[in-house]
Amino acid sequence: MAQAADFTEEQLPEGGTMLRLGGTLAISQIGDLDDRLRAIAAEVKQIDLSQIDHIDTVGAWLVYRTARDHGAQIVGADSDAQRLIAAVSGSDDVEVETPKLSPALRVLHEVGEAVVEIVRMFIEFVGFIGQCVKGFGNLILHPRRFRMHSVIQHFDMVGVRALGIIGLMSFLIGIVIAQQGAVQLRQFGAEIWTVNLIGRLTMRELGVLMTAIMVAGRSGSAFAAQIGTMKITEEVDAMRTIGVVPVEALVIPRIIATVIMMPLLGLYASLVAIIGGGLFCWMTLDMPPATFVQRIREVTPLTDFYVGMVKAPVFGAIIALAGCFQGMRVHGNSEQVGLKTTAAVVQAIFLVIVLDAFFAVFFTEIGWN
Amino acid sequence: MADASPIISVRGLRNAFGEQVIHDQLDLDVRPGEILGVVGGSGTGKSVLMRSIIGLQEPEAGEVEVFGTSMRGKEEDEAFDVRKRWGVMFQGGALFSTLTVAENVQVPLREFYPHFDAKLLDEIARYKIHLSGLPPEAAHKYPSELSGGMKKRAGLARSLAMDPELLFLDEPTAGLDPIGASNFDELTRNLQETLELTVFLITHDLDTLYAICDRVAVLADKKVIAIGKIDELLATDHPWIHEYFSGPRGRAARLGHERNC
Repeated sequence: MAQAADFTEEQLPEGGTMLRLGGTLAISQIGDLDDRLRAIAAEVKQIDLSQIDHIDTVGAWLVYRTARDHGAQIVGADSDAQRLIAAVSGSDDVEVETPKLSPALRVLHEVGEAVVEIVRMFIEFVGFIGQCVKGFGNLILHPRRFRMHSVIQHFDMVGVRALGIIGLMSFLIGIVIAQQGAVQLRQFGAEIWTVNLIGRLTMRELGVLMTAIMVAGRSGSAFAAQIGTMKITEEVDAMRTIGVVPVEALVIPRIIATVIMMPLLGLYASLVAIIGGGLFCWMTLDMPPATFVQRIREVTPLTDFYVGMVKAPVFGAIIALAGCFQGMRVHGNSEQVGLKTTAAVVQAIFLVIVLDAFFAVFFTEIGWN
Repeated sequence: MADASPIISVRGLRNAFGEQVIHDQLDLDVRPGEILGVVGGSGTGKSVLMRSIIGLQEPEAGEVEVFGTSMRGKEEDEAFDVRKRWGVMFQGGALFSTLTVAENVQVPLREFYPHFDAKLLDEIARYKIHLSGLPPEAAHKYPSELSGGMKKRAGLARSLAMDPELLFLDEPTAGLDPIGASNFDELTRNLQETLELTVFLITHDLDTLYAICDRVAVLADKKVIAIGKIDELLATDHPWIHEYFSGPRGRAARLGHERNC
């Protein structure tokens, strides 16, 4: 078993101290030697290495540093020790310190950076929308560059494969609306109005809004991750050099697919939610399905359907734009992909909810209530 | 040098991906203090061999011993005593992209010696970076700010962090310009001499083989078909070896080597 590194201090006859190191001067046996060597107050004139068993670069560095700091002489070093000390000694020619800021300055610095980042992102987003519009223009002028294949593939990814999860979610939401509505309205003996609640709420708001949130989480994130990974592996650069415009090849098919799929998914979600609510009404309120359907048709105006169908493509565009935009902003390392994917989802859901509020006010003002 | 027991000993190794057999009945010994070059055509499983030795790839059969410890069936939370004694440099450096070069070097130190003072860690990182031939400014840069050659050197600095006895280098000179490549060869040789390392070196670079390798192992036909000094290899009659060393590039590398001697 190797012996731990240790040292003794001895007085030299001509004055000053001599350190006599012993044991194994290797990384695994250093222990607290570093602290103890730093703590030596006396002036060290000589460091004796003749008693050591083995030395590695960490040990050599400690010996070298102590000798340098005290201006001491190293004696008794065997060829191994001499060679290692020579190897580690070159590193202190230039001291490079990490720039350090005081905490107060650092907070200011970070706030400032965040503000600059937000402004820059906003400008870039406007630029990105411009690029997309230009891309659409180019595709209208050169329809042969339009990638139908890619659009259809994204129909599948964004739409068809989301049917299961969106269906399940909407079905449960329909049941929850019906159940909560029935409990509250029972207090006024107005349980029959549960049907109004289900029909209007799902067609007008929740069907499309919940679908948008689900699509943002499923597809918006996927867009950011796919495009971001392609940026890191230089696939996007390769496209540019070949003469393929990345916006046309990657962004526009995703936007088109999402814009077309969102209203379809939104309508599907609303219908499944109504089915869920209807089932609940049948089971607990003893309302036969035929009556329920008839009531729904009476109380849900066609404008509610229009409201949902106007909002859905806009939400789809926002989700696809945010996802592709964040994906295109990835550069540097793989950590960026994760960060930008998160940013894409957060941004998409935030914008969808803000726009939904505007739409709510707008549609009420124009009389679609 | 040949007297001591081998540092790495591989016996009857078999690796296969599905139907495709990469290695079958492969034997290999790495002696202490040597630089062993491993060559072979693309797809002969040089990297798979290295991954089997360092425990990243579980072989189907055979025995792998490093420092006398069997690496078969060792999970990633086992065999720390062996892991402390080796350093691995991956082809692209495999640096942690969210850490600076200095922090990368400190990762293994912090893992195994958490009581080390931050100051000492900084000093160790600084001289390891110096040993790897990087300028001191590189210490605070992130991997994305480094060139390919600097990334390799930073990867080397990290693999040297624990003062290993055994160093694995995966194509250290691939992608470097000729000057950078021969500098890296020289660095490898110097480090091997200074730190008394045993080096397991995968390469395609004939110049590296001639310049620094003590022995060369040739992988073909799913096993090590020959191992020895380059002259000894040429004495065998395997066609691949002759094509490899006597092709135009092989001849040029030999001429270059002879001129330098």
